[in-house]
Amino acid sequence: MVHFSTDGRPLPTPTPITAPYFEGLRERRLVLQRCPRHGNFFYPRGRCPVCLGDDWEWAELSGRGTVYSFTVDRAGHDPALASRIPFAIALVDLDEGPRLVGNMVDCDVGDITVGMAVEAAYEDVDDTTLLGFRPVG
Amino acid sequence: MLPGTRPPSVSRMGKRAAAIVGLTEWAPKRVWDEPMFTMEACARLAAEVLADAEVDKGEVDGLVINGLRESPMFAPSALAEFLGVRSNFNEVVDLGGATPAGMVWRAAAAIEVGICETVLVFTPSVPAPPQPGANGGPMKMKMGAYMGGEVWGSPQGQFEIPAGLVAATPSFAMAAQRYMAAYGVSEETLAKVAVDSRYNAQANPLAVFYGKPITVDDVMSSRYVADPLKLLEIVMPCYGGSAVLVTTAERAARCPHRPVYVSGYGEHLTHKSITYAPDIVDTPIRLAADRAFAMAGVSRDAVDMASMYDCYTITVLLTIEDAGFCPKGEGGRFIDEHSLRYDGDWPLNTHGGQLGMGQAGLGGGMSHITEAVRQVQGRAGERQVPDCNIAYANGTGGMLAEQVALILEGA
Repeated sequence: MVHFSTDGRPLPTPTPITAPYFEGLRERRLVLQRCPRHGNFFYPRGRCPVCLGDDWEWAELSGRGTVYSFTVDRAGHDPALASRIPFAIALVDLDEGPRLVGNMVDCDVGDITVGMAVEAAYEDVDDTTLLGFRPVG
Repeated sequence: MLPGTRPPSVSRMGKRAAAIVGLTEWAPKRVWDEPMFTMEACARLAAEVLADAEVDKGEVDGLVINGLRESPMFAPSALAEFLGVRSNFNEVVDLGGATPAGMVWRAAAAIEVGICETVLVFTPSVPAPPQPGANGGPMKMKMGAYMGGEVWGSPQGQFEIPAGLVAATPSFAMAAQRYMAAYGVSEETLAKVAVDSRYNAQANPLAVFYGKPITVDDVMSSRYVADPLKLLEIVMPCYGGSAVLVTTAERAARCPHRPVYVSGYGEHLTHKSITYAPDIVDTPIRLAADRAFAMAGVSRDAVDMASMYDCYTITVLLTIEDAGFCPKGEGGRFIDEHSLRYDGDWPLNTHGGQLGMGQAGLGGGMSHITEAVRQVQGRAGERQVPDCNIAYANGTGGMLAEQVALILEGA
């Protein structure tokens, strides 16, 4: 579910299952669930998408990864974000395996490349913290 | 072996149980001045497609739809009641742009197993008459950017939407970006897909871009919408509508047009959000097409024309490769070396594709099937591909997610 910030940005509405992930972001920690059998991380859900086991545990990731792909939104596909264009959306392969999405921050959108090394960045918007990524090195 | 990736174990020489025998298609329009309820649109499409196939409505015993605006629940029964049909097969298909191709094989399979004989397949996409008390305004086709991802509990609403990963273009743009980094295709090569499609549209009076050819320079100088995709590489959303009629081979033989057998089909999906696609440049159509070709007992070389879902130029490049028409990574060279025009050496999307004809909602995906049928039936007019007997048609839904392949063969 989406709610909107005071300046009109769409923000996540955590569920009982996803709340620890968003609480982690607020503390500048990237935490995801990990399956004890497969070691795979996944975005928050009640059961492992490999084996449907429910004995996962929350684990902290380094926040480091590489850009798998990205685009620059120059049209404002979400009218609620039209005032922010151009902004970059990146898919990032984290060093521990999972792929997550976030906006690229602290860089010029023209400087982003596939394979670029990045680290997690945290952006506070009202009472929510969003995951983003910034270049490293 | 990954689940769902096992190659088809049964190889038979082409299904001949069910055939497409009729079609109707309305010209896609950016602004629609004849609003209709979905049920009324289905009734009009039914009358037209039954007339085209010279089949009596009393023979219809199957209905396939994507849903009905006027009956969000119990949609098939509402439509059966409205049309006065006694129906034995009733299906609601939800595969985004792959819905029409998914509908056609489901209809054919239902006929093949013997649960029904004659199936109406509908893809209407028209605005409803203005609702009393609601604000009017121009009826211009525009899809909600969140596409339902904003509902309570949806992962998209929590992870993708806040990052601005909404609508479809940014997702396909990321596939294009990844592909260009991995295989080095040029933007000019992608532009050629749009140019050849637009050329084909000049031979299709129904096309929204009829009378409006473009050049590679036009595409290259159009503005970036989501890097690296530019405006002229993206479909124009339109209103419109279409329907096809699928029936038994026996009944098809008595119809006026050449029966077009649904001789092979396949379907595959793994994800909704592009974030979680196993590999965004190795698309689900690979497995769907392998299954379809194996089922039909047809080789890629035997295909006389291809009708590939083209929401964006990159979709066509990925589909040419992953459906097996050239090795992975050589799609760019394939596009450069072949003319994709109706009068070229590798006719593709001879109706102009959705890039040239317009994307009339789900009718956009259906246009790839109606065109393949027209070509195999020999009624494509000015753009007819000579000796067209075997067509490959496919659909792509969501974020390179749902994909369906069909082999369509003339009787």
